[in-house]
Amino acid sequence: MKEQIYIPFTKEMKKDYTILIPTMLPMHFKMIISVLKTYGYKAELLETQGTAVVEAGLKYVHNDTCYPAILVIGQFINALKSGDYDPHKTALVLFQTGGGCRASNYIPLLRKALERAGFGYVPVISFSLAGLEKHPGFKLTLPKLHAMMYALLYGDLLMTLVNQVRPYERERGTAQKLADVWVNRLGSQLGRGNMISYRKIKHNYLEILKSFAEIPVDKREAVKVGVVGEIFVKYSPLGNNNLEQFLVDEGAEVVVPGLLDFMLYCVYNNVMNYKVGGTGYMTHVFSNIAFKFLCRKKSDMIEIMEKHGVFEPLTHFEETIKQHEGYIGIGTKMGEGWLLTAEMLELAHSGVKNIVCTQPFGCLPNHICGKGMMKPIKEHNPDVNIVAIDYDSGATKVNQENRLKLMLANARDNMERASAMEKTS
Amino acid sequence: MSEIRTREELSVGIDIGSTTAKVVVLEGSRVIYEKYERHFSQVREKTKEILSEVRELVGDRSLTAAISGSAGLGMAEAAGIPFVQEVYATGEIIKSLEPDTSVVIELGGEDAKVIFFKGGTDERMNGTCAGGTGAFIDQMAVLLDLTVEEMDKLSLESHRLYPIASRCGVFAKTDIQPLLNQGAEKADVAASVYQAVVNQTITGLAQGRKIEGKVLFLGGPLYFCKGLRKRFAETLKLPEGMAVFPEYGRFAVAMGAAMYSRKTGTEFTYDGLLTALDKKPEQEALSSNRLEPLFKDEKEYMEFTERHKRAAVEALNIDDYSGRAWLGIDCGSTTTKLVLISEDNKILYTYYSSNHGNPVDVVREQLIEIRGRCGDRIEICGSAVTGYGESLIQNAFKVDTGLVETIAHYTAAKYFQPDVDFILDIGGQDIKCFKIKNGAIDSIMLNEACSSGCGSFIETFAKSMGYSVADFAALGLHGKAPVNLGTRCTVFMNSSVKQSQKEGATVEDISAGLSVSIVKNAIYKVIRASSARELGEHIVVQGGTFLNDAVLRAFEKEIGGEVIRPSIAGLMGAYGAALYSKKFEESTLAGERELREFVHKSKTAICKGCTNNCHLIINTFADGRKFISGNQCEKGLGLESSHREIPNLHEYKRNYISDLKGKPGKRGKIGLPLALGIFELAPMWHALFTELGFEVVISDMSTRKTYEKGQFSIPSDTACYPAKIMHGHMEELIEKGVDAIFYPRITYNVDEKAGDNHFNCPIVAYYSELLKGNMDNLSKVEFLYPYLNINSRKGLERTLYPCLSEYDFSITRAEVKAAVKKGFEAYDKFRRDVMEKGEEAIKYARENGKRIMILAGRPYHIDPEIGHGIDKLAVQLGFVVVSEDSVCQLARPKKTRVLNQWTYHARLYRAARFAAENDDVELVQLVSFGCGIDAITTDEVREILESRGKFYTQIKIDEITNLGAVRIRLRSLIGAIEEKGGMAG
Repeated sequence: MKEQIYIPFTKEMKKDYTILIPTMLPMHFKMIISVLKTYGYKAELLETQGTAVVEAGLKYVHNDTCYPAILVIGQFINALKSGDYDPHKTALVLFQTGGGCRASNYIPLLRKALERAGFGYVPVISFSLAGLEKHPGFKLTLPKLHAMMYALLYGDLLMTLVNQVRPYERERGTAQKLADVWVNRLGSQLGRGNMISYRKIKHNYLEILKSFAEIPVDKREAVKVGVVGEIFVKYSPLGNNNLEQFLVDEGAEVVVPGLLDFMLYCVYNNVMNYKVGGTGYMTHVFSNIAFKFLCRKKSDMIEIMEKHGVFEPLTHFEETIKQHEGYIGIGTKMGEGWLLTAEMLELAHSGVKNIVCTQPFGCLPNHICGKGMMKPIKEHNPDVNIVAIDYDSGATKVNQENRLKLMLANARDNMERASAMEKTS
Repeated sequence: MSEIRTREELSVGIDIGSTTAKVVVLEGSRVIYEKYERHFSQVREKTKEILSEVRELVGDRSLTAAISGSAGLGMAEAAGIPFVQEVYATGEIIKSLEPDTSVVIELGGEDAKVIFFKGGTDERMNGTCAGGTGAFIDQMAVLLDLTVEEMDKLSLESHRLYPIASRCGVFAKTDIQPLLNQGAEKADVAASVYQAVVNQTITGLAQGRKIEGKVLFLGGPLYFCKGLRKRFAETLKLPEGMAVFPEYGRFAVAMGAAMYSRKTGTEFTYDGLLTALDKKPEQEALSSNRLEPLFKDEKEYMEFTERHKRAAVEALNIDDYSGRAWLGIDCGSTTTKLVLISEDNKILYTYYSSNHGNPVDVVREQLIEIRGRCGDRIEICGSAVTGYGESLIQNAFKVDTGLVETIAHYTAAKYFQPDVDFILDIGGQDIKCFKIKNGAIDSIMLNEACSSGCGSFIETFAKSMGYSVADFAALGLHGKAPVNLGTRCTVFMNSSVKQSQKEGATVEDISAGLSVSIVKNAIYKVIRASSARELGEHIVVQGGTFLNDAVLRAFEKEIGGEVIRPSIAGLMGAYGAALYSKKFEESTLAGERELREFVHKSKTAICKGCTNNCHLIINTFADGRKFISGNQCEKGLGLESSHREIPNLHEYKRNYISDLKGKPGKRGKIGLPLALGIFELAPMWHALFTELGFEVVISDMSTRKTYEKGQFSIPSDTACYPAKIMHGHMEELIEKGVDAIFYPRITYNVDEKAGDNHFNCPIVAYYSELLKGNMDNLSKVEFLYPYLNINSRKGLERTLYPCLSEYDFSITRAEVKAAVKKGFEAYDKFRRDVMEKGEEAIKYARENGKRIMILAGRPYHIDPEIGHGIDKLAVQLGFVVVSEDSVCQLARPKKTRVLNQWTYHARLYRAARFAAENDDVELVQLVSFGCGIDAITTDEVREILESRGKFYTQIKIDEITNLGAVRIRLRSLIGAIEEKGGMAG
């Protein structure tokens, strides 16, 4: 057995290496890349799709591994083989949260796969707040993180607004086009330098809201469908067979909780770990500071949305946390953990009664936090209409869409019944 | 009401399921036409054909129409005819026809659906893994060599039920095939197949909701199969009149679609409807997801066939030959093969046929034939048998010797290519690969029960599309754009095929696509290779499936090289056996008279030897000899076990835990469900709660019954078996009248300082959340599931105390402190004892010249129902059995390539290292189906072992109860070790 020695990303590399980043949420990630560019990195977002990606993944990753790992690793290897990049001048970034789920093994799996594919020399940077490895050429400094946080906040806002406008827009595609304009503008703002004025950011929030409010829409009644689940298949069109597009085409309004919530969840777990596990007092203290700070940032954005008054504001994370009570413990934190349950409940309580719970086939935490919680959720909220969809290289779209159609048929029925009740009363 | 009666509204409902098309015409609420037919994937044509019968009935009246069903979606979209989801359609029609219904159970070709009406309507479909239902029954009928009707009739005559895994066809086959090979009655197997469907429906769909009240059973399979109805009614214990099988059962969806169409407001004329149906989906979808054709042009094809003609064995006419001969029999899972060879290894006689579920009769007929043809001219000097039916056939016909399949195949392959370094054999049900190094088998890979998309799949598929296997394969050779079908299991392939049909793929392209996916499945899933280089330089491919040129070509294309396929690819096992038997000079094989008088009876019994209650099959032959199978140990054979003193750490640990008895105490009874993490921590909790004055009740070791007891409340049918069985243990404790049940949430397992971290897996850590949410019966007791820190006494005391004092106010902190101390002492002692016992076992093995097997997995794999008695089997085969946690201390923890962050797995890696470092130690890894984490550990364990030239053997276990496949695997391992010549044994 040779010892696993990882290839560090050196300061030398920073000069001329291209850093590849897999897409999960295009808008968020584009802005993050803008931030990286500020610091002199040549970063690029991988947006490849299609069977070649899956095939490469299946070839180099154990086929029973979770689907996101197969996709992301497949995307990397496919890119390295494509000839579009010089593999000797390329580095890869993979996001990592750690924890008891097998997803913590993505980095070792990627390295194993690279080695088998003959790319063992390509450095892999684990983008993790835990900071397990040292990469002299890639350090996450506070200013960098600060700027990225705004990329997330902007991204969540834009995603929410697109979702809220899209089903009603008079001309198809207007909302997304507007969002793309914003992504470019905000990205270059964030990429302009170190000084970020918070006042300017809050001003931007308002400008964004105003611009979306001006999109011509036809008000009609649309079924609202929430999407929750494992972080990658929930967001990534590559992972979920373009779920959002499918739902939009069916005339539904899609509601997807933001990415910042997942970050908050991770930080909050470090806060709570001390209480439920009995370890890590210092982590507890520092995490608590970070948590309060992030919550404040989110709340500021929500307040601006409320004041503007046109769109349904996001939910304060403190509210989301409360949802778990009576269903699942706050120490249940592997994978999406209690957040998944809480998000389903938050959706239900905010009037989004139809929910798609997405997971890679055989996702361990979701047996418990997703599928395992459906019975109690339905018992206490009989009007909730949840469907669980598994994603996998072998699962077919027909099968998935048929189940989604069942959920939508019931959703429309419930909506009609509700509006009939309103009329009679 | 209006005075003038207009004619009532006319509506057409079309339901296109995965295998059948159903059309209903409604006039008002009256059905004036109905039709049910298989569509053989010709969806559009079949629909139009049926509709042509409606023309006169409908005339030129205007009508409404809607399409439903999983295979109807594409057609509806293209035609612009309203579509309604089938479960929704069913729900609507039942609400209007039978408003007092509480539950609807509908089985279709591939879907199973349950609708609950009372207490909030809830409509459910099976997940993507649950496998087929109607298609599953079809597959099983093929396996039993019966029509579906015959199978149904037979099932009504059954006397007993065998446990059969119903997760998918592949699993079930693994259970059924050995049953048949061992002589089980077809009637019993048929009924057991139905029972499997029932169990699957209940666990997969009821998910904790009780099926009671008036239950309506719908769909084709339930309409046709009386036996299936019977099993449902009995299992659900429905009183007379509450299980309803309506006449319109097959048409409910179509009727629902017709009703729905009235709400859509779209009207058609008959002609308009037909014209709409003619519209095909956009061609765009076609181009996506296609592969290169197998052959560029005719020339390439010619070269290919020429080249493969060369690998042939000369055949002699048996009637012209006289002299000595040797016989090889390969009694495989679905086929039986015989080969008779001459002195110079030429072929005198061959036989290859499906064994029609009764290999004994097939072999007997053939032996009579061969004996007859041989007459006095040819003397059979030796015989050997290999394959699933090895022991039965050997006993029945006094075959000289039996040998394990892998050795038989290697013997044959060597004959064709002396330098062979890689053999791939794809048979009806198995994929076997071996690498050969220095003239010995170096590593063996067999498909796991789940990934076996093998030969029999193509067969079933060809049949379902109305072709013979050979015709179907020939079509594939000329597919212009083979469909990319993915490499998942059979069930998924089924739906992939469905999707490609929807997109307009031809049979040629589907056949070619299937060949490619079988090959990919073998290379990437079973062999786990990422390039051709990893396989070898001299590759021999064999097995019946490779007789299919499309598969052969797909394989060569995929690895980018040429391989040898012997002309007798399907007979290699038998040929190898014949070669092997050449060491005999005189044969004991049954003579012609003996064969003619041969009578064979089989009956079943339950072994009372121990609590395993194995289902025995007793074969009795005419001369009174008996052959018993189905037993997990030797007690069933009526023999005293001679292995009593051979160390078996699994057994030791089981006894250790079973000996933890409770004593009555002042604080009542507390229950520990013996599953998942309790297997590790039982000694701790037992001592701790006993000290606190609780009477500790630990549930019993699992049996199949334990699982069945809890199966109604399992919400996620793809979770692992060790988790699902937990539900049964909870029920058992509740029945035993405990006051409280304890299964804590433990994120961090014991830190043994041997890895990067020390997590539990999410299931072990948090399964109590799921139990709390899904088991209604838990409200009858107190369920204690605190988050605990078990890494220090202080931590445990701090995290346990609040929960306990809330449960019983009188419990003091000081008491908890003392109890925690006792608990840790007991746990430390347990670990120490196990490790000492492990070292003793190794010492014993070395003193007595025995092999050592680390039967490695998780602590809960020692459970007799989860581990299926594999430990006992290993002992029977001559191994001293130790567990991973009894020897891990013997190897230093080293850095692993993967993130080593789970306590149980850290032990596994260390145990693997110990095996790698010691020549007399083998490691066999038990992997539960659905264990996501083992997707990571298996590759790592394999690397550790292979880095030192050791074999890696993995056994995937689920609900499967038959040990036949496991036995072959372990015997292959032994055979390979012996060939390598490393071990005394």
